[in-house]
Amino acid sequence: MEKRTTATTRTSLVTVLSKDKVPIAREQDVVLFRNRVKEYATKIGMGIVNQTKLITAASELVRNMLRYANGGDALIEVISKGRENGIRLTFTDEGPGIADVQKAMKDGFSTGKSLGLGLPGTKRLVSEFDIKSVVGQGTVVTVIKWKNG
Amino acid sequence: MGHFLLVTIQVDLYDRLALNLEADLVQMVSKTGARGVLIDISAVSIVDSFMGRIIGNIANMTKIMDAETVVVGMQPAVAITLIELGLPLTGVHTALNVEKGMELLRKKILVDGEADNSDDEDQPGDGAE
Repeated sequence: MEKRTTATTRTSLVTVLSKDKVPIAREQDVVLFRNRVKEYATKIGMGIVNQTKLITAASELVRNMLRYANGGDALIEVISKGRENGIRLTFTDEGPGIADVQKAMKDGFSTGKSLGLGLPGTKRLVSEFDIKSVVGQGTVVTVIKWKNG
Repeated sequence: MGHFLLVTIQVDLYDRLALNLEADLVQMVSKTGARGVLIDISAVSIVDSFMGRIIGNIANMTKIMDAETVVVGMQPAVAITLIELGLPLTGVHTALNVEKGMELLRKKILVDGEADNSDDEDQPGDGAE
């Protein structure tokens, strides 16, 4: 499952300034994780609107991970690319995987009892969004929110 | 005789708490005969699709219990995020703050045909923690 280096960003240009791994196993972890993301976003001086978008996106993705894969790991990284600072979140689970990622990225699609706007809605809230999924192995979702993005 | 229930959510709710709030509120509407529910979310910094659904549920549930729900105090960043997420909270009445929310509730209940000129009384908040 460790192939997230193929994230949408040109990895070579991105420097990781700090890393923090948070295991997600229970629904209570959602709020804890959100608070952790907020800490880092505040630390790099991200504005309140971008912070709210990032944390909401994080919340959606963590929920998906709990709902479909019974949890997994969430990685929070402070990254920089050129002059931009940002937060990169990587969600790794070993759940059933998504058979048709393209379909899952369309508004209105859902297999669960959610509203069916999880992934596309989440994508709109972040600067960069990448998803890799292998059926039977799991899913890795990477999102980046630039401080001013 | 309390006409309105005032609920202040003071923490970011995790799922179980939000579901409890939903159930408690509907019970309180039935128990108190409240005609209006005012939910103050000014302290809530994140409304994701789950929380949005709970808010919508509460509005619809109280509606069929003959009570109106108004959500007040949404932070601007939350409003921006909700729309971009694709969750416009259709069918949920909103107002800028508690006072305006009360006004809206009073109007709605009056329009529904019941003369209501007594002071509204706040029930103890059902907010989590």
